[in-house]
Amino acid sequence: MNLLELKNVTKHYLTGSEVVKALEDVTLEVKYGEFVVIMGPSGSGKSTLLSIIGGLNRPTSGTVVVDGIDIYSLSQEKLADFRREYIGFVFQSFYLIPYLTVLENVMLPLIVTDYTKEQKIAKAKEILERVGLSSKMKRFPDELSGGEQQRVAIARALVNEPLLILADEPTGNLDSLTGIEIMKLFKELNDSGKTIIVVTHNPENAKFADRCVYVKDGKLLGIEVLP
Amino acid sequence: MKLYSISIKNLLRHKLRTFLLLFVLVLAIFTFVVLITISRVVNENFAKQLDEYGANILVTPKSNSLSITYGGMMISSVEYEKNELREDDILKIRTIKNRENISVVSPKLIGIVKVNVGSNSLMKSAIICGVNFESEFKLKKWWKILGRKPSGKDEVVIGSEVARSFNLKIGDVVNIEAQVFKVSGILEETGSQDDLMIFADLRSVQDLLKKHGTITLAEVAALCYNCPVEEIVRQISDVLPNAKVTAIKQLVESRMEVMHRFGKFSFGISGIILLISALIIFTNILASVNERTKEIGILRTIGYKQNHIMRVILTEILVISFVSGLLGYLLGWGVSMIVSPILSGTTNVKVSFDWILFILSIFISLGIGIIAGIYPATKASKIDPIVALRAL
Repeated sequence: MNLLELKNVTKHYLTGSEVVKALEDVTLEVKYGEFVVIMGPSGSGKSTLLSIIGGLNRPTSGTVVVDGIDIYSLSQEKLADFRREYIGFVFQSFYLIPYLTVLENVMLPLIVTDYTKEQKIAKAKEILERVGLSSKMKRFPDELSGGEQQRVAIARALVNEPLLILADEPTGNLDSLTGIEIMKLFKELNDSGKTIIVVTHNPENAKFADRCVYVKDGKLLGIEVLP
Repeated sequence: MKLYSISIKNLLRHKLRTFLLLFVLVLAIFTFVVLITISRVVNENFAKQLDEYGANILVTPKSNSLSITYGGMMISSVEYEKNELREDDILKIRTIKNRENISVVSPKLIGIVKVNVGSNSLMKSAIICGVNFESEFKLKKWWKILGRKPSGKDEVVIGSEVARSFNLKIGDVVNIEAQVFKVSGILEETGSQDDLMIFADLRSVQDLLKKHGTITLAEVAALCYNCPVEEIVRQISDVLPNAKVTAIKQLVESRMEVMHRFGKFSFGISGIILLISALIIFTNILASVNERTKEIGILRTIGYKQNHIMRVILTEILVISFVSGLLGYLLGWGVSMIVSPILSGTTNVKVSFDWILFILSIFISLGIGIIAGIYPATKASKIDPIVALRAL
């Protein structure tokens, strides 16, 4: 069963009078519980691909189906609901909110849900425990190391129990050892059943995945199934 | 954590910016409250003082005959006696419905008398005016008397012109219709008909002119701040059917005009200050939204809707507006209490807590916040997460 199905996805940007072809006719399928790495040099269109999968970036043509939902047939506001319920995002620069504590940052996606206050706190604490940051709940992001901040970001991505985790260069701002730690965390999450797509240009990261998808100049070059 | 927690925490993080916004809006509301309160208090006191300052209603006998002028008003001939006013009549003025508004009633008997100084000097004619000194002094607060006020029925106060033509000094003795009077005081030049008159006790003048119980006219000072002078004129006319009651309209209208102009000025200034504060808040919130593009982008990415973002931004503004309205009113009220007595020149001014102005302050403050904040909030809600984060 496929969690994700991209069919003939094309994305063209208009910069001035010039058309930039960010993605050309990409077709891709990701199964439930898979761990996929998207590789490619910078400017290859891999981040654009991730944003299209995540419901942030409407493709010029083609369809994106997640868990049976043709997501770009949804309205802008419904798409926000979709992102909250189905997708967990992790970024290269963590993007934590500096004036909120670790616990509050993790609770952010829950604020606009119907959970009770106690449920929200319980969920956030549970996830923080899972990423190993229970002891730093009351800290602010700038009091944490890069690796710790990325763990908070991952906790935030997980707290809403999404089907799909999308990570854009999650190790890009970390030293190689911490990067491996983070990739290991993704692997653990994958082992516990989460579907994960990581965009990276670091071949080291590919080792953790089930499959590796290569992108260059907006085109899918090939898919490698890893041992 | 709720949506508003994000707003509150952001306000607390940017303490300086929050303080600045609060300061600007508190100052605006404060100015509004102070100007409105003080202009109201000062107006009231100013009006009361103006009302006490000279007469605004003139009561004269009904007559079609020759007239003389008094204080710029046409009054009936003093010689015409058919319809003369009785002293008792004017007591009725105190019985009208709006009697609380009647501040001073000053009856007068005016006539021509023969005057000489010393035993051998020439007899000359002069105008004498019989008054009740107590009410006359109350009415003519601008009178400056050299010497002292008369203390008995045989003492007079004379106008500056009279003093000059008879060469009289304070303490001199003067014969009026062969009766001896002492000059207790001389009026400083007023530029009015008062300069030409001898002021004596009403009863004495009635004796001299042999017009017991009669008066020529009565001047009335009515407090017209909260009731139209026309209404008082009508009420007096009702109790005095034989009298002609005239409002010195020009005076009344110019008094009202002064008050209204002051009120308009206050509103104008408040309006400008509120507008400026709205502009400052607008630019400030807009800058803050631009600064927070990335943060808003994250919230949009993790599933916040446009209206969630809008609520976060508007909550910040409304919190600031509400607090500003509250503080602005309380501060304005406090300062008004201190300043009002100084500005209105009396100590018995009470500036009470005005619920209507209090609620108005909060609503105006919220209104300014919404007007200044709606565009930045809308702009924030429309931020495209892809553009905001650029990472994807």
